[in-house]
Amino acid sequence: MKVSEGWLRAWANPAADSEALEKQFSMAGLEVDGVEGAAPAFSGVVVGEVTAVAPHPDADKLKVCTVADGEGTQQVVCGAPNVTVGMKAPYAKVGAVLPEGFKIKKAKLRGVESFGMLCGPDELGLSEERYGLMELPPSLPTGADFREALDLNDTIFDIDLTPNRGDCLSVRGLARELAVLNRVEFCAEPCPPVAPTIDDTFPVTVTAPEACPRYLGRVIKGVDVSRPTPDWMAERLRRSGLRSIDPVVDITNYVMLELGQPMHAFDLHRLSQGIEVRLARPGDTLTLLDGSEVSPAEDTLLICDGAGPVALAGIMGGERSGIHAEGEARTQYIFLECAYFSPLAIAGRARRFGLFTDASQRYERGVDFALQAAATERATALLLEICGGEAGPISGFEAEAALPKRLPITLRSARIDALLGTTIPQDTVEDVLTRLACTVVGEGSGTERTWIVTPPSFRFDLEREADLIEEVARIYGYDNLEVALPPAALTLPREDDGVVPTSAFTGALLGLGGQEIITYSFIDSAWAEAFCPGVGLLPLANPLSPELAVLRPSLLPGLVKTWQHNRNRQAVGAQLFEIGTCFEAGDNGAVVETQRVAGLLTGPRVPEQWSAGGDALDFFDAKGWVEALLGLTFDGDSFTFEAGEHAALHPTRRALVKRGDTVVGAVGALSPSLAQQLDVSGQVYVFELALAPLAERVVPQHQGLSRFPAVRRDIALDVPKTVAAGAVLATAKAAAGALGKTVRLFDVYEGKGVEEGRKSLALALTFQAPDRTLGDEEVEGAIAQVREALAKDFDARQR
Amino acid sequence: MNELAAVREEALGKVAEAEDLATLEALRVAYLGKKGALTGVLKSLGKLPPEERPAAGAAVNAAKEEVQAALEARREALQGAALEAQLAAEAVDITLPGRQGSRGGRHPHAVTMARIVEIFRQAGYAVASGPEVESDYYNFEALNIPAHHPARAMHDTFYLEGREEQAAGDPRWPRLLRTHTSPVQARIMENTQPPIRIICPGKVYRVDSDVTHTPMFHQVEGLVVGEGISMAHLKGTVIEFLRVFFNADDLAVRFRPSYFPFTEPSAEVDVECVHCRGDGCRVCSHTGWLEVMGCGVVHPNVLEMSGIDSERFSGFAFGFGPDRLSMLYYGVDDLRLFYENDLRFLAQFA
Repeated sequence: MKVSEGWLRAWANPAADSEALEKQFSMAGLEVDGVEGAAPAFSGVVVGEVTAVAPHPDADKLKVCTVADGEGTQQVVCGAPNVTVGMKAPYAKVGAVLPEGFKIKKAKLRGVESFGMLCGPDELGLSEERYGLMELPPSLPTGADFREALDLNDTIFDIDLTPNRGDCLSVRGLARELAVLNRVEFCAEPCPPVAPTIDDTFPVTVTAPEACPRYLGRVIKGVDVSRPTPDWMAERLRRSGLRSIDPVVDITNYVMLELGQPMHAFDLHRLSQGIEVRLARPGDTLTLLDGSEVSPAEDTLLICDGAGPVALAGIMGGERSGIHAEGEARTQYIFLECAYFSPLAIAGRARRFGLFTDASQRYERGVDFALQAAATERATALLLEICGGEAGPISGFEAEAALPKRLPITLRSARIDALLGTTIPQDTVEDVLTRLACTVVGEGSGTERTWIVTPPSFRFDLEREADLIEEVARIYGYDNLEVALPPAALTLPREDDGVVPTSAFTGALLGLGGQEIITYSFIDSAWAEAFCPGVGLLPLANPLSPELAVLRPSLLPGLVKTWQHNRNRQAVGAQLFEIGTCFEAGDNGAVVETQRVAGLLTGPRVPEQWSAGGDALDFFDAKGWVEALLGLTFDGDSFTFEAGEHAALHPTRRALVKRGDTVVGAVGALSPSLAQQLDVSGQVYVFELALAPLAERVVPQHQGLSRFPAVRRDIALDVPKTVAAGAVLATAKAAAGALGKTVRLFDVYEGKGVEEGRKSLALALTFQAPDRTLGDEEVEGAIAQVREALAKDFDARQR
Repeated sequence: MNELAAVREEALGKVAEAEDLATLEALRVAYLGKKGALTGVLKSLGKLPPEERPAAGAAVNAAKEEVQAALEARREALQGAALEAQLAAEAVDITLPGRQGSRGGRHPHAVTMARIVEIFRQAGYAVASGPEVESDYYNFEALNIPAHHPARAMHDTFYLEGREEQAAGDPRWPRLLRTHTSPVQARIMENTQPPIRIICPGKVYRVDSDVTHTPMFHQVEGLVVGEGISMAHLKGTVIEFLRVFFNADDLAVRFRPSYFPFTEPSAEVDVECVHCRGDGCRVCSHTGWLEVMGCGVVHPNVLEMSGIDSERFSGFAFGFGPDRLSMLYYGVDDLRLFYENDLRFLAQFA
């Protein structure tokens, strides 16, 4: 809300200056978003009086004027069409500096000397419109400083209000805050009743009393809407960010800004039968004042007449019944509406039509439900004063029972001190709440002191004791509250040693040279389908864009997309990982969230350098990363890599990672068809694992170290190419018996010297006994068993 | 004895000329071995008259020792030279770059989050987490934000498709992406009696995207509930954290009244701008202050909805965005860069 300091000071006038007021507002929870002057900086401008106008000898459009500036008269050449003898207008003297540093100098215009300039409002930064000279009221003294004469040194505060403070969407509300904060008098502008001079009323029925507990109306006859809005009012509206439209609309806006009560004026001759306030029915349509047509849903409150809807209650009026300020059909009869609509009946409705109006903003947050009669009187008085006419009596509808209640709240002094951790003097509590217009009745004394507090009708945010404590703290000043650290027992954290902490996975991946990334949890649905066909996707109802439309069922699309992004920016490779949540639809409408870890490897294994070759990363790098993660469980043997289906992975370069019978993830090359579809070139290797099954850890148990030497034997054999190395190693390990310690595969070879269709494997086996040095026969016996088992199971031939 | 002198002379001369260890060994055998020349001279002493033998023997032994010493000295010299030559041959260019493996690093947001969590863990806060897809109940209702509450307009919420069909009777709908980490508060309080001291880091979502907003961002929520917990404790905790985080024990911190439906009293917290130390600069829009978090005393409605006696217990909660702290800390001016994951960007923080 924008409001001028001058207007506020008419209601509460503390000694503090503008800068201090700005800080006070912000520190009281009414955040000042911006401060500006009522006019841009300029100087040397006075109230000038045009005493003579003569034609320019050489230019039809220019006139030679004589201007009195209080000290004497000057000759000024002026091109404004509206310059007339006797008018007063801003006069920039020679030496004046106008906005944006424009300096006024003595000049010759088509041969005639000109001393200074008569100004339009646009030239002084007071309006964007350009229509000639700014005509000033004749009452302003000639030669007076223009800024002072128009109070242009005023300051405008732009205050960003939180939704609980609807009461501050008015000069009245903000001025009250200033009065309370500075402990000065709050001078409410009185709204004396305007005695009716005619009997005319317009019938009102309300069929939705819960949504509209009060609807007041008043007929005003014979108004002259062609009269201009007075300058003082237009200027206050301008300083609040509102444009002057016509006197009737300006008056309703003015009262709304002043008191916080939105009002609407109908052209009475454009209404038929009577007003009905009701909820929308199917088929209702309405053309609004802004020209848009709406078909409101059935929970929308409407103002209707005999011919149908005429306004969206509390949001915007309709075109059909609006005020006509010009032409033959000029409005002469007005029906003034002043209603209390319940916040729940208005909340969210304006947004549906893409509207955010001054009225809806106030009704949603709560308008003072005791204000309607006073606001009607205030608007009537202004209307009669500005546009003339005769007012009928106020009439309308009221459902007392449906109006909000302000119930008394018990406030305990001891509770205030306990919750704030600060002793607040009891007379401060009483003073603050009383100034905030609460009714305060005290009981008891000392720590037993309590108050029965009844909040005023304009405060919708004071319902419980805690709300009152906040008010006390707010006015007392948060910065004046004590500062302390909370006491707590020094309990020690419990951590489950059966789980690998996520930070350990991160640490391992960083150690392997991975770069952590964080990508959006929502992705393109085409990508989600491509990576996870058949998985129940969770689309957003209101995505920002098609690229961010479904919750990710996998981390892989984000990794591949990140690689694409970087490859398009000249990256030659990447080793990425991400840990995060994946989402899929479960049974019966459940949403299943799983934490996963995934990685992507592509390009050279190490950066190009003098001391290492340029080998490309391959499947076994990705598998190595996975194995490093599995190793953190101290139970790596419980995992197996098996062939299996995976839509995103290369059919002959992929493995499912299993723990027991449970699939915990997969590793492999990105499938060539998917890579082509996504325009990803080169071999890209990825893995993805679910964290929960991966994180189950065992605590390692110590195995005694043998004091006796280990013996190594290498064997070389060839087997059919299709034999899995993993199976060979497992068989060898089993056949090596209790003395076999390790079996390591140290070479795999195919090609020259090995029969077509076979491959050569070289194994290193170590043997060791806990209690003796092994003899040759024992080791040779074990090796023979290994050879025999391999020959039997895999057609292994010794080389 | 002329023979002795000649042999000695010859031996010393050859030792001095020997160029390698093998030659030296051959010389040792040739002069000092069992059949060596000096040994031969010694053996020939038997032919001398007995009275001359002691003196002659002494002379031969002296010559042997002399040759022996010469051999040793020469061996050491040759070994030293060989070592020198080997070291010279093994020289490397120490200015060549070291061998590089692949080098990654943490995402800058993850670094900030980990740092914050660690600060609180050290003070005995437990780490809690909750789902990212939330029900309307936990994200709003349980936090004292009923339907149509104007505060909902402050949360531009992403909803999951299907809420219309599913809404009837299923309390899990409408489903939404949590707009803050505060639902974790409600979930924890439902299942735990005080004292509670938790920190909840996580991702949250709002329909927003510009240089200072991304549709997904991080938040950290803190909650302390116990007997006698007050707003003074909230102030103390927040000030302590901010001073630790920004490494400045004299950092000015101020609390401004604000509004969150789930706390009462509520506050926004500003810190003295960490770039200009309060003088006013571009980063703080020339105000000297940076708005860094929201906080407040837990609203009694929230305690009660979670089954906690609001007369006996009280608490405070605070929530803030580490992404914004990352921006300030690293001097990044567009928040969206953090989620583009350009390796050139990420490498600056690794």
